[in-house]
Amino acid sequence: MGGIAVTPSDIAVSEPRAAADIAAIRARFPVLSRKVNGHPLAYLDNAATSQKPSSVLDAVDAYYRSRNANIHRSLHTLGEESTADWEGARAKVARFVGARGSEEIVFTRGTTESINLVASSWGDTFLREGDLILLTLMEHHSDIVPWQLAASRRGARLAYLPVQADGSLDLDAAAAKWDGRTRIVCATHMSNVLGTVNDVRRLADIAHANGALLLVDAAQSVPHMGVDVGSLGCDFLAFSGHKMYAPMGIGVLWGRETLLEAMPPYMGGGDMIRSVGLERSTWNDLPWKFEAGTPDVGGAVGLSAAIDFIEELGWDFVGRRERDLGALALETLDSVPGLVVHGRARERGALFSFSFEDIHPHDIAQYLDREGIAVRAGHHCAQPLMRHLGVPATTRASLAFYNTEEEIGRLGAALLGALRFYR
Amino acid sequence: MSGFDELYQDLIMDHYRKPRGRADLAHVPDTEIMENPTCGDSIKLEVITGDDGRIMEVRHQGHGCAISTASASLMTEFTRGLSPAEAREAAGRFIAALRGDGSLDDLEDMGDLVALRGVAGLPVRVKCATLAWHALLRALGPAA
Repeated sequence: MGGIAVTPSDIAVSEPRAAADIAAIRARFPVLSRKVNGHPLAYLDNAATSQKPSSVLDAVDAYYRSRNANIHRSLHTLGEESTADWEGARAKVARFVGARGSEEIVFTRGTTESINLVASSWGDTFLREGDLILLTLMEHHSDIVPWQLAASRRGARLAYLPVQADGSLDLDAAAAKWDGRTRIVCATHMSNVLGTVNDVRRLADIAHANGALLLVDAAQSVPHMGVDVGSLGCDFLAFSGHKMYAPMGIGVLWGRETLLEAMPPYMGGGDMIRSVGLERSTWNDLPWKFEAGTPDVGGAVGLSAAIDFIEELGWDFVGRRERDLGALALETLDSVPGLVVHGRARERGALFSFSFEDIHPHDIAQYLDREGIAVRAGHHCAQPLMRHLGVPATTRASLAFYNTEEEIGRLGAALLGALRFYR
Repeated sequence: MSGFDELYQDLIMDHYRKPRGRADLAHVPDTEIMENPTCGDSIKLEVITGDDGRIMEVRHQGHGCAISTASASLMTEFTRGLSPAEAREAAGRFIAALRGDGSLDDLEDMGDLVALRGVAGLPVRVKCATLAWHALLRALGPAA
């Protein structure tokens, strides 16, 4: 067969089909059919947590209805099935992020716990007095506070890579921050405030050239783009299930096997030991060394179903759809008088923080809620960045592939309504 | 009336647009600033008392949403003429009512403050409405 000729009529018919596809996808998210204050819910708070498709909810439900048992201990059919669920989810996550094997995947409660694990276990073992921990000014508190705690325990220092006017990291300034004592660089893949997608690969190269490790907070990127730890070149990767259509309470730490191997346990308890004596114990193998106590098996089952769902849609679709919606949202926000969008980096996700000089984000968000539109208002757990931007708080609209052009239109109209109401 | 309309009623919007007691408090040290951890809002207060020890005016400066601004403004009006002990008691009662630790009916005899009762149904906003009152409790110090 030769090439396929595309005629204008082909393009024309593809439009309604796309709309029907979106409607079908939306129908798989039960909460999206909900009304809020008399209006159809327009859920534009996906960076806080995403909604869950039926396939995820059903998978969790089926787990508790038909298999629920404790893992790695209960020698009976249900126990074997639950263990297979847990380890099967791990293998799927390993493949999803391009890990070399399941032993590199540690299940946690979420991104925050994943970073705390590294800051405590790796930090307390390998940081020395006077060492430098290099963060960025756009980090979420969950990638700042654990390092502050580690720094104060170990007598280490903190420094921050600056953010430029367009919301991108100044990687050229990174060199100036280096002083030969930098042990780890911790950076977000995608800012939860600015939407900026950082050049993690370049950061990894700079870090490694200077003998430092790179930890990536991928909480915002993993739901929206294919993330491959090999391509990123990082040493640790932390993310949460709940922002990627899975339940709350399950998260992931990926780490290089050699690093995880050298790290002591984070929490002590059941399942993480090989043998327990009266004075001391020996540790289980990776990754179980880091998984003390009965874990969230139902959550892992949900995470596994969420990965299936994302892979069924495909990154091509998700990327294209969210790029289109993001462009429309930016255009819509820019058309609102007096509205300032924070973050204009060329590489960015469909997530927009904005503010008005004279109207508080809480009041904007409350007005939008009256119209059935869910956004976030506040400092987004990024107070150092907020101070840099010179605002106490912002309103944030964050999109997912299931959002619609109509919802973005409603956002624009409601913002104009809010201006009339408050001024 | 919807939750929004109850919350953003005319009285609240009037206090938001023309906050009573708002003043330049540059002379009050920044260590006195009270912050709302969820949104980064902040307020600082100055309590002016007369020779009789009663409150003449509670002045405030800061930035916040309509609810927190209106609540500070209503506080200025409500506390005028109260003794510090009475103001402390009122602040405790107001905070408890909105938090659900006390009764919302307690707001009924607190004058215009009853306009803020809608906040009780919105747990995320309770901190907005009580920020100024926490600052007042701190400015007044512990009960003698």
